[in-house]
Amino acid sequence: MKRHLISAADLTRDDAVLILDTAEEMARVADRPIKKLPTLRGRTVVNLFYEDSTRTRISFEAAAKRLSADVINFSAKGSSVSKGESLKDTALTLEAMGADAVVIRHHDSGAPHRLATSGWIGGSVVNAGDGTHEHPTQALLDAFTMRRRLVGADAGLGKDLSGRRITVVGDILHSRVARSNVHLLTTLGAEVTLVAPPTLVPIGVENWPCEVSYDLDAVLATSDAVMMLRVQRERMNAAFFPTEREYARRYGLDGERMARMPEDAIVMHPGPMNRGMEITAEVADSPRCTAVEQVTNGVSIRMAVLYLLLGGNEPALTTTARTEESK
Amino acid sequence: MSKTLIRGAKILGGEPQDVLIDGETVAEIGTGLSADGARVVEADGQILLPGLVDLHTHLREPGREDSETVLTGTKAAAAGGFTAVHAMANTFPVADSAGVVEQVWRLGQESGYCDVQPIGAVTVGLEGKKLAELGAMHESRAGVRVFSDDGKCVDDAVIMRRALEYVKAFDGVVAQHAQEPRLTEGAQMNEGLVSAELGLGGWPAVAEESIIARDVLLAAHVGSRVHICHLSTAGSVEIVRWAKSKGWNVTAEVTPHHLLLTDELVRSYNPVYKVNPPLRTEADVLALREALADGTIDCVATDHAPHPHEDKDCEWGAAAMGMVGLETALSVVQQTMVDSGLLDWAGVADRMSFRPAHIGRLTGHGRPVSVGEPANLTLHDSAYRGVVDPAGFASRSRNTPYEGRELPGRVTHTFLRGRATVVDGKLA
Repeated sequence: MKRHLISAADLTRDDAVLILDTAEEMARVADRPIKKLPTLRGRTVVNLFYEDSTRTRISFEAAAKRLSADVINFSAKGSSVSKGESLKDTALTLEAMGADAVVIRHHDSGAPHRLATSGWIGGSVVNAGDGTHEHPTQALLDAFTMRRRLVGADAGLGKDLSGRRITVVGDILHSRVARSNVHLLTTLGAEVTLVAPPTLVPIGVENWPCEVSYDLDAVLATSDAVMMLRVQRERMNAAFFPTEREYARRYGLDGERMARMPEDAIVMHPGPMNRGMEITAEVADSPRCTAVEQVTNGVSIRMAVLYLLLGGNEPALTTTARTEESK
Repeated sequence: MSKTLIRGAKILGGEPQDVLIDGETVAEIGTGLSADGARVVEADGQILLPGLVDLHTHLREPGREDSETVLTGTKAAAAGGFTAVHAMANTFPVADSAGVVEQVWRLGQESGYCDVQPIGAVTVGLEGKKLAELGAMHESRAGVRVFSDDGKCVDDAVIMRRALEYVKAFDGVVAQHAQEPRLTEGAQMNEGLVSAELGLGGWPAVAEESIIARDVLLAAHVGSRVHICHLSTAGSVEIVRWAKSKGWNVTAEVTPHHLLLTDELVRSYNPVYKVNPPLRTEADVLALREALADGTIDCVATDHAPHPHEDKDCEWGAAAMGMVGLETALSVVQQTMVDSGLLDWAGVADRMSFRPAHIGRLTGHGRPVSVGEPANLTLHDSAYRGVVDPAGFASRSRNTPYEGRELPGRVTHTFLRGRATVVDGKLA
């Protein structure tokens, strides 16, 4: 593994499969009465959040704590950042406090890359979502969820997503989830189709290793997984689409559309959902929708990432786990 | 008066000759000239050019003296071989009145390193709403003829039309920063393949081209002249070429960085590459070079934009736009235009001195290197190869995209009206 996780594009197939396999082991920890491993005892993980994202922050926090790391939450609001402190000075402060890993969520694309390459800090940097660029742990937990559902938890070990057809629907232009998923799912052998109104597809998408369609109905029947992205209602004020209702009619997933998907195909959503906009309640609450599982899997994936980035040469998880079990 | 003999200089790249400067003028040109009573500069085959003229320089004074002052900016200009620069109006306060342009003009006079011709704002406070007192700025001691809201586009078509018409009274020109504001809200880099991957807000070529198309039509309609600042796309070149083919009074400039760098560099997220208009694609770079070679683009202008260290030592989104350029301009032009075979040194003199001086209507600059002309001269060692080290810059700011990059050539001597401002590559 590399020292940082900035972009899903930096992961090789083997890196990605290793993370997914490690996450499966981590998931077993969650099934135990004591959901904790001693692996990162004495290590410090900082959650540096420039954007409010309670879901992602508590997911990373739970992951770090289950690995026995010390967790510091640094939120931009009410901190030195709101008084105008630069990213550099904040980074130098965290470095001085001995942060082993910085999990950063930032409104600017490239901020985690800058943090990792500027020489401001020596620890690992984990991108927890930057601007409209990437959100690699989200893509990893999505791939993990797909592998579990489409291949199987045990049957999937060591495997990728070769031949699976994944459709991502919604605001591709502003979505870091879509960018990370296109990279990772392609690396894992899946065929990705993006579906959106043309206004929400970036200029320059033609170089991406995926298909683009403006017609949701045309691709449903051949999709193994359909991932619905959150679409902000405010986008219609910038003329990306005329009205909420028209968006929901053309690109929303309802029960009737879901019925046209293959029998075992799943519906995914990174949350938070806009019920009635990109997804109806009927679909969101159906057993085919994995939104809640994705949250659970997010903790396992983030444990795996922190473990692999920080664990280094320390005893492998399996050894530790077995030792504990034998006690 | 003091005399200087430049021995063995290739004037505009021609055969080596001696040039005798007497006082403020070129007194004699020939071979084997007497050095009697003169300080001798052994040119040894270096290129002698007319002093370079920049149509687009941000000197930052008044208001942002932490990034540059007229004194440090004109030192940087001299070090880069310039003898005249046009100081952009986006200072604090904005150069939208006779008082501010006269202040900048006076600071330039006091610096002594390089002539400073202030540019006046087109509209009050660069706000695009109300014409500034263009006539008063013209009549001031600064004698302003070039007007620009650079940094912002004069996007209101009526204001632009009126400005173009109004400056005809005193042979003025409006230099347009062509950027359709609505199409560039939140823009961070060129919109294309790279922006799609990086997730940075796109600055589409059409936002520049649509304004240029409108403004050349407006200039034709009212019979005025318009100058296009920092033209950056292949499409803009085509529009300017078309307008010139109609005989319309349109001129355009290109920056050195748009002749060399592309948006691929933004993949580093290093804000040193953040600039407005943004770095474009390889195809754009090649079209700009070709247009500069064939004269569609009239001149090179640096858009020298100094920023303090902290405004670049940060994340991309928080960083300021702009690059310093005065001290590397001639080297970049040598690499992209001369060494590539697109332009000879006479062409460089045309695009970096004659034409920009003519657009700005400067009388003492952009003159031929011949007897009786003002001795505004630049001696350039084109055989030199060196790595750019910003620590050696005369500019107060260091935000160069060329740090660590090898560039050809260096200015060894600059003469402003016969007085050396740079000697052996060092400020005099």
